Amino acid sequence: MKLGVLFSGGKDSTFALHMAAEKEEVACLITLLSKNVESYMFHTPNIHITTLQAEAMNLPIIQKTTEGKPEHELEDLKEAISEAVKAYRIEGVVSGAIDSVYQSERIQRVCNQLDVWCVNPLWKRNQKEHLEEIVAKGYEVIVSGVFAYPLDETWLGKPLDPELIRALLDLQDKFGVSPSGEGGEIETTVLDASLFKKRIEIVESEVCAKGNSGILRIKKARLIPK
Amino acid sequence: MILIVDMNFRKDSLGFHEFVLPIVNAVKNLDDYAVRHYSELGQEDLTRYSSIILSGTALKDHASLNEPDEFTWILDCKVPVLGICAGMQTIALANGARLTKCLGIGMTEITTTAPNPLFSSTFKAYALHNFSVQPSPAFAVLAKSGKCVQAIKHKQKNIYGVLFHPEVRNREIIQRFIRAFRVTE
Repeated sequence: MKLGVLFSGGKDSTFALHMAAEKEEVACLITLLSKNVESYMFHTPNIHITTLQAEAMNLPIIQKTTEGKPEHELEDLKEAISEAVKAYRIEGVVSGAIDSVYQSERIQRVCNQLDVWCVNPLWKRNQKEHLEEIVAKGYEVIVSGVFAYPLDETWLGKPLDPELIRALLDLQDKFGVSPSGEGGEIETTVLDASLFKKRIEIVESEVCAKGNSGILRIKKARLIPK
Repeated sequence: MILIVDMNFRKDSLGFHEFVLPIVNAVKNLDDYAVRHYSELGQEDLTRYSSIILSGTALKDHASLNEPDEFTWILDCKVPVLGICAGMQTIALANGARLTKCLGIGMTEITTTAPNPLFSSTFKAYALHNFSVQPSPAFAVLAKSGKCVQAIKHKQKNIYGVLFHPEVRNREIIQRFIRAFRVTE
């Protein structure tokens, strides 16, 4: 089955892509470039890095800009998937949704309208085991956005490793933060993964943060040999 | 031991992760379990397990519905069975029901219409279906949502079907099914 992967450049869509590529043919990546940093549907920090990530994986990418207005953004998603169906003859779409019914049901509806498969290989995964598996598989992932108390700018740029997982689980116990950021509490950017032929090096970045909200904006990055 | 039947179009498909593993996670602390794809089931499976759960599938996956011969065992099954979504549709088809077009995606209000050991009153559950069923006279309707039959039970046997996906937001329903028949069967 030819699949297109809804790709944000974060850990979950990258891992879903990895799982999909093990079982089916991944024909392209599909990325929504949302102008709304508060979108419940689409990841926004460093979304421009998806271009470099696609290049690192030798995969074509369809990118579509959306204003990110609730529900209207689904029309943009529909157009992007339609384009992938036409250009790459995909039969289905893969998402990295784990527990968000809000995201999942909207993607399911769009896929149903377009008569394509909707595949969610991470659905209902144990989040602790999920994070541990990402680390065990050698992914290089950094925190690139924080959007909830008590997270702050000190988390930005931290690598996903056993220490960070312990800290996230601690926040789950104390504050109910979803360890994998299913509630949008935390966003990540993948710099290297098993499907990457080259890894991403951040050349220049800046922290833009205020209180419990902030992003690590990657201003300049390049591909380097692994 | 519980048998969880993978109803996806192919063994070891991506649907296994989405529709089978969440059921495994709901039952693994209650009893031992085994997972088999529907194409692998044999006569011995009708008695080897204490209960059987048939998984759901993706909206576009109609493979199990198109292979009714694979599920004639349901008619003779002596152990309790719970079919989820495609699992319920398959149970109904094996027993002479017909499918009715009924789209449901997302959190849905379910209203209990007959007392049963799995759920009661009104509750919300995750729906993902293109069809519901018009059950045969051998089955009672246990729950509805708007126009869709959401749950059925065989009138003489402990064969249940739920159209919604309890593994998403209502794991306790699967656990009640396991507990209800773990000792007595």
